[in-house]
Amino acid sequence: MLVLTILSVLLAVFIGLGLYLRSLPLLELKSVGSLLTSSVWKPFKGEFGFFPFIMGTLWVTGIAIVVALPLCLLSGIFISEYAHHRVRKIIVPFVDLLSGIPPVVFGVWGVLFVVPLIQEYIAPHFVEYATGYSVLAGGIVLAVMIFPLIISILLEVFGTVPRELKDASLSLGATQWQTVKFVLLKRSMPGIIAAIVLAISRAFGETIAVLMVCGNLPEVPHSVLDSGYPLPALIANNYGEMLSIPLYDSALLFSALILFIIIFLFNAISRIVLSRIERRMN
Amino acid sequence: MANTPHISVQNLNVYYGQNHALKNISIDIPDKKVTSFIGPSGCGKTTLLKTFNRLHDSSVDVRVEGKVLVDGEDIYDSKAEVTHIRKKMGLLSQRPFPLPMSIYDNIAYGPRIHGMRDKEKLDQLVEQQLRDVALWDEVKDRLNTPAVRLSIGQQQRLCLARGLAVQPEIILGDEPTSALDPKSTQKIEELFVQLREKYTIVLVTHILRQARRVSDFIAFIYNGEIIEFAPTEELLLNPKEELTKEYVRGFVS
Amino acid sequence: MIVASVLIVGGFFLIVGTILIKGLPALSLDLITKTPGGGFYMGKEGGVLNAIVGSLYIALGSSGLALILSLPIVLYINVYLKRSSKLGSIARLSSDVLFGIPSIVYGAFGFTVMIYFGLKTSLLGGILTVTLLVLPIMIRTMDEVIRTIPKELLDASYSLGSTRLEASKILIRQSIPGIFTAILLSFGRGIGDVASVMFTAGFSDNIPTSIDSPAPTLPLAIFFQLGSPVDEVQARAYASALVLTIIVLLISIGARTLSKRFSKNKI
Ligand SMILES: Nc1ncnc2c1ncn2[C@@H]1O[C@H](COP(=O)(O)OP(=O)(O)OP(=O)(O)O)[C@@H](O)[C@H]1O
Ligand SMILES: [Mg+2]
Repeated sequence: MLVLTILSVLLAVFIGLGLYLRSLPLLELKSVGSLLTSSVWKPFKGEFGFFPFIMGTLWVTGIAIVVALPLCLLSGIFISEYAHHRVRKIIVPFVDLLSGIPPVVFGVWGVLFVVPLIQEYIAPHFVEYATGYSVLAGGIVLAVMIFPLIISILLEVFGTVPRELKDASLSLGATQWQTVKFVLLKRSMPGIIAAIVLAISRAFGETIAVLMVCGNLPEVPHSVLDSGYPLPALIANNYGEMLSIPLYDSALLFSALILFIIIFLFNAISRIVLSRIERRMN
Repeated sequence: MANTPHISVQNLNVYYGQNHALKNISIDIPDKKVTSFIGPSGCGKTTLLKTFNRLHDSSVDVRVEGKVLVDGEDIYDSKAEVTHIRKKMGLLSQRPFPLPMSIYDNIAYGPRIHGMRDKEKLDQLVEQQLRDVALWDEVKDRLNTPAVRLSIGQQQRLCLARGLAVQPEIILGDEPTSALDPKSTQKIEELFVQLREKYTIVLVTHILRQARRVSDFIAFIYNGEIIEFAPTEELLLNPKEELTKEYVRGFVS
Repeated sequence: MIVASVLIVGGFFLIVGTILIKGLPALSLDLITKTPGGGFYMGKEGGVLNAIVGSLYIALGSSGLALILSLPIVLYINVYLKRSSKLGSIARLSSDVLFGIPSIVYGAFGFTVMIYFGLKTSLLGGILTVTLLVLPIMIRTMDEVIRTIPKELLDASYSLGSTRLEASKILIRQSIPGIFTAILLSFGRGIGDVASVMFTAGFSDNIPTSIDSPAPTLPLAIFFQLGSPVDEVQARAYASALVLTIIVLLISIGARTLSKRFSKNKI
């Protein structure tokens, strides 16, 4: 039992180590700095510049957060502070169900709904021709995917704000909305930030759904309607060929390593913050 | 009870779901006096206090029936404006709950919400309120530090000052000293005695000696009902009802 | 605020609705009872039974394996360690963190391990990788349920002279609904995940017959069909997505019903 427990704790170390060892062949030839900042992606010539993919990831993630956060904050506040408990009992299960839908289904939805929506209704206002496969599509699909994560954490964090604290504000004649703004949100700030960080790291790593709607051009996107090529999509799209081109496998696993390190750190920090909040409550 | 009542409760019933927490309460709380509610744990004291401030509004599954008149106006009337009602009363809870902001902002919170923007006026007001609760000298050099860094006793006085800053007419205290050490308790009690000239004070307490020290009237609640309501000495030393006798017996002997 | 909430709940219906509208017309008995015939991806005869079965194998195998691995861990944290134990909180923290690691990283990691041992993509590889993926879900879910069991129950059983092993049995009996919830959640995650199995399980047009033959999976089948230029095949992708959605929703609803008693809104 002890051994299993320790192994489970060490799993993260194994993953990091395994990916690192496999990326070594590439890292021995090129510096991390040049890999991360170069834009030249020519696997056949041994040129591996990750910059476009990193930018692709950042664009998609950024859009997802910008779309999801306000919606989730508002609806989290509504569910926890305003809604009748019957309404809450209706909403929360759907949020749960949403979290269970597999990524590939989100992807199919993106292809069927979001991409045409952008192509026909949004893009024509800005550009002459667009396929709809874009970082915007990826961002919207991702936003819907991270709704449940953000909302569930927000509800938990809001739930730790003592009733009496809100009463104190109300009894001074503050309206409910003022109480939410000045007391609830203020007090929940660390938790909200933790939720955002977790959501970012979830968005970073999401693969298949994003791959299906992003267009996957290895170029740095310059607008939300450009297509992009996030890191996870890069890995997933090319795993078939990676063993036939020298260093290609090393390069792809290096991008997995980048993802792993960023997401690991983000998760660890925000989980520590969240467990502090929970402990403060007890 | 010479004066006209400040708060007049008429046939008040409160339910938590199926739980009938307050049963047909009627009581007139006199103006500019200290009225204490005593009674065993769980009898409904906190619940009653919250109805005065309409703090049940935001809780689901709570039903309030009956009338509560403040200055002759029914606060449960559908036309009553809840923020206006709450502004009339300062609330002091069992444990201090400073707002998540600086000492200064805690006091300034209420006035700002009600539209006071003038920095000078706010400064003045904050100082005045902190002096009123004898906290000014202790905190004047760290007004901008978070209020949670104060000691519990200081926090409770801060909460009192915060309530007074919106110029209420009534102070509601729900066992405001139960988390405090004897010294801080004494300070709060002294404040109540001073404040009684300007405010109507409603106090919930477990400590009969405290009730005697600070209050003019005492109401004894048992199991959601008001058993007896009388001037302090009378209720403590010469109770009429059996239940009251039993409850205050320890005090007399 | 209400609008935001409606949008979020609406998101769910929008997704399910879209899949339903597009998938239903192409849904046929063949699709779920036949394996791909020749030229399936060009629009000829066949179905995705191979992938359905492959996914079920992987989900079943990995949930089972993860259960066997996680139960001792959860019991160890809750019975053998003190509440304040450092190791306990580190184990909880690390399962939270591992929960956040994306499946593509697990996939890549599984792949490196398989290369190291000279393994080919196979059902076994898929099961092992998905096991790693669902292990944190198992641990978190069961731990949460077991922690809600009053400590007095354990104390009472110790005072009657029972050993830790017996105490563990009591805990397990008390948390059976929670264990089922954990299994269902893992199963749902395992059946729907792509990125972890695309490296490790491979794909084929046949139902896997042994543990070392490549295993097709439903999400991957959807992905491949969607990539086809033929309209009919794309339509079958939508129908397959519908099948997957229905399976997963049934599982989620089952898990929810079971866990009602323990439900916090944690995800
Ligand atoms: N939010 C609530 N939901 C359901 N029941 C409640 C709630 N708050 C209080 N009660 C119940 O209502 C009754 C009165 O509670 P109340 O808090 O008013 O008692 P109290 O006199 O203030 O007790 P104490 O002296 O312990 O503070 C109790 O039976 C309590 O269990
Ligand atoms: Mg009370």
